[in-house]
Amino acid sequence: MNVPTMAEMMAQGKQPEVLFWVGAAGSYDDRAKKITRAFVKILQQANVDFAVLGTEESSTGDAAKRAGNEFLFQMQAMMNIEVLNGYEVKTIVTCDPHSFNTFKNEYPSLGGKYEVFHHTQFIKKLIDEGRLTVDDTNLKGKRLTYHDPCYLGRANDVYESPRDLIRRLGVNLTEMKRSKSTALCCGAGGAQMFKEPEKGDKDINVLRTEDALETKPQIIATGCPYCNTMMTDGVKFKEKESQVKVQDIAELIAEANNL
Amino acid sequence: MQYLPNLLFAIVLIIGLGFFVMNVKKLIRNIKLGKDVNRSDNQSARWKNMAKIALGQYKMVRRPVSGILHVVVYLGFIIINIEVLEIIIDGLFGTHRVFSGVLGDGLYGFLIGTFEILAALVFVAVVVFWWRRNIAQIKRFFNKEMKGWPKNDGNIILYFEMVLMSLFIIMNATDVPFQEAGIGNPISQFVAPWFSNFSPEALHTIEKGAWWIHIIGILIFLNYLYYSKHLHILLAFPNTFYAKLKPKGQLDNLASVTSEVKMMMDPDADPYAAPAEGAEDEVPEKFGASDVTDLNWVQLMNAYTCTECGRCTSSCPANLTGKELSPRKIMMDTRDRLEEVGKNIDANGGTFVDDGKQLLNDYISPEELWACTSCNACVQECPVNIDPLSIIMDMRRYLVMEESAAPQELNMMMTNVENNGAPWQYSQMDRLNWKDEE
Repeated sequence: MNVPTMAEMMAQGKQPEVLFWVGAAGSYDDRAKKITRAFVKILQQANVDFAVLGTEESSTGDAAKRAGNEFLFQMQAMMNIEVLNGYEVKTIVTCDPHSFNTFKNEYPSLGGKYEVFHHTQFIKKLIDEGRLTVDDTNLKGKRLTYHDPCYLGRANDVYESPRDLIRRLGVNLTEMKRSKSTALCCGAGGAQMFKEPEKGDKDINVLRTEDALETKPQIIATGCPYCNTMMTDGVKFKEKESQVKVQDIAELIAEANNL
Repeated sequence: MQYLPNLLFAIVLIIGLGFFVMNVKKLIRNIKLGKDVNRSDNQSARWKNMAKIALGQYKMVRRPVSGILHVVVYLGFIIINIEVLEIIIDGLFGTHRVFSGVLGDGLYGFLIGTFEILAALVFVAVVVFWWRRNIAQIKRFFNKEMKGWPKNDGNIILYFEMVLMSLFIIMNATDVPFQEAGIGNPISQFVAPWFSNFSPEALHTIEKGAWWIHIIGILIFLNYLYYSKHLHILLAFPNTFYAKLKPKGQLDNLASVTSEVKMMMDPDADPYAAPAEGAEDEVPEKFGASDVTDLNWVQLMNAYTCTECGRCTSSCPANLTGKELSPRKIMMDTRDRLEEVGKNIDANGGTFVDDGKQLLNDYISPEELWACTSCNACVQECPVNIDPLSIIMDMRRYLVMEESAAPQELNMMMTNVENNGAPWQYSQMDRLNWKDEE
C-alpha cells in the first residue's frame, strides 16, 4: 500500500490534510492491522491527503496512565507532542478510541492541541462532505449489533457517528439490551488488556459477548481494536466463530465498497 | 405555667437544630481535610447540572421503577416540609393551625389535603422500597458491603419515614374541629373513624401526642442524617454542582509530575544543580492517594453524598463478573475512613495522630483497584454524579509511583512502552510493516 509518512511529506515540502495515528494495536496486532488497512483503503478511495508517522510514532501513554504511571504517560505525551508539533500537525484521526480520548482530552494541557477524530467520525465527515459514498447492497439485510467502546461512548459521548455509518450499510441493526451509555465494557480498558483479570466467576468479554449473541447477530461491529480482540475471543469461547464475525466499522465500509 | 409547652418546644427545637449545626460543622471540617481542587469554573453549567440532576432528579429515572418512586418520596419530603413550618410556628407561639387563619379555609384545606395525599403516596412508596430492600431479590441490595449497619441504616430511614407520615395523618385524624370542618382531610377522614370510641379529651391528647412525636421525630431524623447514608438529601445539591464537567474519559494530568517531566526533558537543565534555598526541607509531594487526606475535597464530599443505592456496582463489569471491586464499596470505605480520621482529630485536640491505618489495604485492597476497567459505567449511573473512578485511579497512581506495586504483567507493559514505545515487545522500527503485508 502506498502510505506516505510525515517525514516523506516534509521532504517534499507538503503538509497533509490529516495525520492518521495508527496506534500500537493497529501497527502490531495481526487482527488490528486489517482494520488499519481497511481504513487506509477508505482514505484512499475518498482521496484524502493523509500521512502517518511510521517509525516516529510511539505509544500515546494511555495504558500507562490508566495503570497509574503518570510519569510514563507524561513522558510519552511530551515526546509525541514534540514530534507532532514539529510537523505542525493540526488534525489527527485514529481507529483507537483510547488514543482518541487521550489526544482529545489529555494532551491539550501538556501543549498538544489538535483537532481529533475517531475514524467513524472522520468517515462520516467524508460522507457528509460528499467525498465518499457507501454502497448499501453488499451487506444488505445482514443481522448486525454494535458494541459501544467505552472510550468512545461514555468517555466522550460519541454514540451517533458509528451508528450513522452502520445505517448506511443497509444492514439490520439490533441494539443489545445494554447499549450506548449503559453499554457493558468489553473488559480491555484501564490497562486490563495487558494483564490477567482478577479472580472472579466469569470473564468480562464473555459476559459482553453473551449480550451481543442475544441479538442473534451475524456481525458484531465495533470501533476499537481492543474491543475487537475481546469480542473475538468471546465469540471463540462461545464456539460461535463459524456463525458470527467481529468486525470494525471501517472493515464493513471497505467490504461494502468492495475495497 | 401557661407558656411551659412553648418554652419546652423552643428548648427541643434549639437542641435539635444546635446539634445539627454542630454536625454540619464537623462534616465541613472533614470534607476540607481533602486537597484543594478548583471547581469554580463554568458556573452556569454547574447551576444547570444541579437544577437538572439534584433538583430535577434527571438521572434517577434512568431506572424508571425506583426512579419514579423516589420522585414521589422526594416531592413529598419537600412539599410536606411546608407543614413543618406551621408546626414550628404553632409550637413557639402556642397557636393552633396558624396558617388556616392566614390563608383562609379554602387554600389551607387545599394545601393540607395535598400534603395528606402526598403523605399517603410517600407511605406507599416507602413500603415498596422496604419490600425491594428486604424481600425482592434485587442483587444490588444484597452485595457483600450491604451487610450489618448499611442494611440497617437503609431500613431505619424507611421506618422513620413510615412513622412520620403516619403521625401526620393521625394528628389530622384526631383533630376534631379539623375533621368537622371537613376541608383538607382526603386521607385522614378514613382514619378518623378508627378513633370514634375515644373521648374528646383522649382525642385531644392523641392529637397533641402525635404532634409532639412528629416534630421531635423530624428533629431526630435531621440529626440522624450525619450518621447515615441519608445525607444525600442535602449533599446531592453541592455534589452535583461541584462534579466534574469535563468528558468522563478525561483524567487530570498531575501537575507535580508535569514539572518533573519537563525538567527531565529540558536539555538546558543542570542535572547537578543544587536545590533552591529552603527546598531541601520540603517534603516531596506524594504521588497518588493512599489515604483520604490525599484525595481532594470533592472526592471526600462524594463519599458523604453516597446513599449506597448500588447503581454503580450493579453496572460495574468487574463486579458483574464476580470480582472483588464494587464502586459503592470504594465510596463507603472512603467515608468510613474519613469518619475515623475525623474522630481521631476530635480525640486528639484538633490534630491527627497516626493510627497506623490508611485507606489503602486497611479498607480498599489492591485487588479491588486492579480489577477496574476504567469504563465509567459507575460514573454514568450515579444519580448524583459521584466519581468512584477518580479515587480508584488516584490509588493506582500511589501503588505504581510510590510503591512500584503494579501487577507483574503491567510492569512488563510499562517497560515495553519505555523501551520500544509500544505495550508489547515489538521494535519501533517495525511500526509501518503493516502497509506491506496482506
